[in-house]
Amino acid sequence: MKNVLELKKVLKTYQEYTAVNEVSFTIPEGKIFGLLGPNGAGKTSIIRIITTITRADGGQVLFAGEPLNTAHPSLIGYMPEERGLYKKMKVGEQIMYLAQLKGLDKKKAKEHLDHWLKKFDIEDWKNKKVEELSKGMQQKIQFISTIIHKPKLLILDEPFSGLDPVNANLIRDEIYELNRAGTTILFSTHRMEQVEQICENIVLINKGKNVLEGAVADIKENFKENLFLIEYKSGNLPSDLDTYGQIIENKAESVVIKLHPEKNSNELLKHLIHHEVQVHLFQEILPTLNEIFIKIVGGKSDE
Amino acid sequence: MSKLWLITKREYLSRVKKKTFILTTILAPIGFVIFFIALIFIMSSGVEKKQMAILDESNILEGQKPADNMVYFTLVKTPLEELKTSFEEKGFNGFLHIPAGAKQDSSNTVKLKTLNIEYYSNEQLGVNTLGFIEKSLAARLKQLKIKKVGLDPNVLKSLETDIELIPKNLDPESKDEASKYRVYVATFLGGAMMFLIYLVIFIYGNMVMRSVMEEKTNRIVEVIISSVKPFQLMLGKIVGVGAVGLTQFAIWAIVFPLLYLGVGLLFSGQLQEMQEIATASGGAQASSEQVESIAMAMQEIWSFDYTNIVLFFIFFFLSGYVLYASLFAAVGAAMGDDWGEGQSLTLIIAIPVMIAFYMGVATIENPNSSLALFSSMFPLFSPVVMPARIVFDPPLWQILLSLGLLIATCLFFIWISGRIYRVGILMYGKKITVKEMAKWIFRRD
Repeated sequence: MKNVLELKKVLKTYQEYTAVNEVSFTIPEGKIFGLLGPNGAGKTSIIRIITTITRADGGQVLFAGEPLNTAHPSLIGYMPEERGLYKKMKVGEQIMYLAQLKGLDKKKAKEHLDHWLKKFDIEDWKNKKVEELSKGMQQKIQFISTIIHKPKLLILDEPFSGLDPVNANLIRDEIYELNRAGTTILFSTHRMEQVEQICENIVLINKGKNVLEGAVADIKENFKENLFLIEYKSGNLPSDLDTYGQIIENKAESVVIKLHPEKNSNELLKHLIHHEVQVHLFQEILPTLNEIFIKIVGGKSDE
Repeated sequence: MSKLWLITKREYLSRVKKKTFILTTILAPIGFVIFFIALIFIMSSGVEKKQMAILDESNILEGQKPADNMVYFTLVKTPLEELKTSFEEKGFNGFLHIPAGAKQDSSNTVKLKTLNIEYYSNEQLGVNTLGFIEKSLAARLKQLKIKKVGLDPNVLKSLETDIELIPKNLDPESKDEASKYRVYVATFLGGAMMFLIYLVIFIYGNMVMRSVMEEKTNRIVEVIISSVKPFQLMLGKIVGVGAVGLTQFAIWAIVFPLLYLGVGLLFSGQLQEMQEIATASGGAQASSEQVESIAMAMQEIWSFDYTNIVLFFIFFFLSGYVLYASLFAAVGAAMGDDWGEGQSLTLIIAIPVMIAFYMGVATIENPNSSLALFSSMFPLFSPVVMPARIVFDPPLWQILLSLGLLIATCLFFIWISGRIYRVGILMYGKKITVKEMAKWIFRRD
């Protein structure tokens, strides 16, 4: 599989302060990739380097195998965290303008514009000024203008911030659809729970440094602590349960147990069934990315 | 290049298509015309022609009425009390009464220093009418006095000498006959060009600044510069707004003369009257001289080398605009959402422009002083000062040197502003000092 983007020890300093300190990661083609980190970790600095708004002071950025150059911005769609449009411009003109800046010719831009307006069922907005639209409507326009040139790589910086649930779902579905059609997506956020739902691969950065990189499932597997949740309806738990593992939490009809490394879950389940405990639920508790992150950085961030 | 064109086009069209642009472009000349028409009406209605009766009981005027000058005089013999009740029926606006005691014997007229005349009317006298009456009567008395003293009016007139200063050309090659009217015309031309550039720098410079601030506070700038270089965006803005200014001027250059002609045709009657008033108030003698000088000045207008003037004007106009517009763009980028905060920064730009304006005024008064020379060379002042000086025929090398310096500085400032701009537009929520802006110039991308 080809990599759309490769960052190798990218460095960015602002006078005395290092915003990006030798960050490396790779985004394979066709994936939804999460760029995670708390506020101030350096996410926006990294994105600005990828979008060629700023230049890295060190390291290398490869786009589809080539060093980043001036032809690449037209292959990237970027929706910044702080969104904005020309308030006095008409919706149609606005999207056309942004599309042409991305290198589409007038005819193509118009085709794509009509396609998307139709798709979102907002054709009658075309001649409205942006300031006449509600915030949610403006977000849709922003999204269309980000993807109108069919970018190879779509960069979304906190795409769901300020969106109501209906619009958030709409955008989420659109992201999935684009991804199925082959668009690689870089999804930047500090909201870890969103990433777990959406992304396959992530990189976690803190204070400008790589902390963790890999597939979400692998990372969770690596950080799991052999915790199991058992829920049961009737019967008593066997008294020797602690020979299987350490009991973390014991409530009425539910227990959390940390399995000893030499035991396995099947043995525990067998043991419970043997003691006529009517098991309702037997589930391994995997750590959330949030927990993993806090565990790694010791709960400290630059917030 | 095509992206720069796209940006320029948007900046231009979004302004030209705006209602406010269309309104100001059309309304300004119309407003001017309305003002002009109002002025004509005010002036022509202010001085009505009055019919005035004179009851000269002392016979100081010796039976001859004063010359009519916006006020028509008629000598009457009606007794005072009767006149008081009947003057309006007879078609007079009012009457003047010179009491019998004003003069004892004929020789006394010469010694007369003040003459009190009573004025009766139901109307209040306007300042102009009052002046006309006094002037006419004084002229009549002067005439009488001259006669009484036994002076020959021609001798008296021969005592007056008109002095005419004729500047001569040192260059024997030159065919141009220099005249003092050339200086008047040059002063007017230079002043007008200077004022125009001064206005353009402020109005359109501010427009560039507001546009930069708007993009920054809108947050659209980050989207745009992920597609184009910040420098392209800034340049496109400057060129686009500049083109808006040129469009406006071009429209005005066509509309104003047309309107002026139209007004001239429609109100030719009133205009003539105004001229009459103007000459009347200047005194009958001066009028022919004035007409002559206006004719001479009109002739001089065509003696200037307009190809050079217009060419250099355009160069100084454009480079001056670009130089200051780029500074305004840098300041706009450094400013936050807060207008007040940026005020001190704007002032830094406004001060040299204003100094330039005052230096320009001094230059027009004294176009070859060392101050004029210096300020027409110094690039921050030269776009305003040099056009004012050009009409006074400075040496060509000075114009070219000044233009060279200006263009070099202009390029340098575009570069500096571009550096500040690219950092500033991504900077939020921080109060920016000049020192910080200076640091940005040397900051890497």
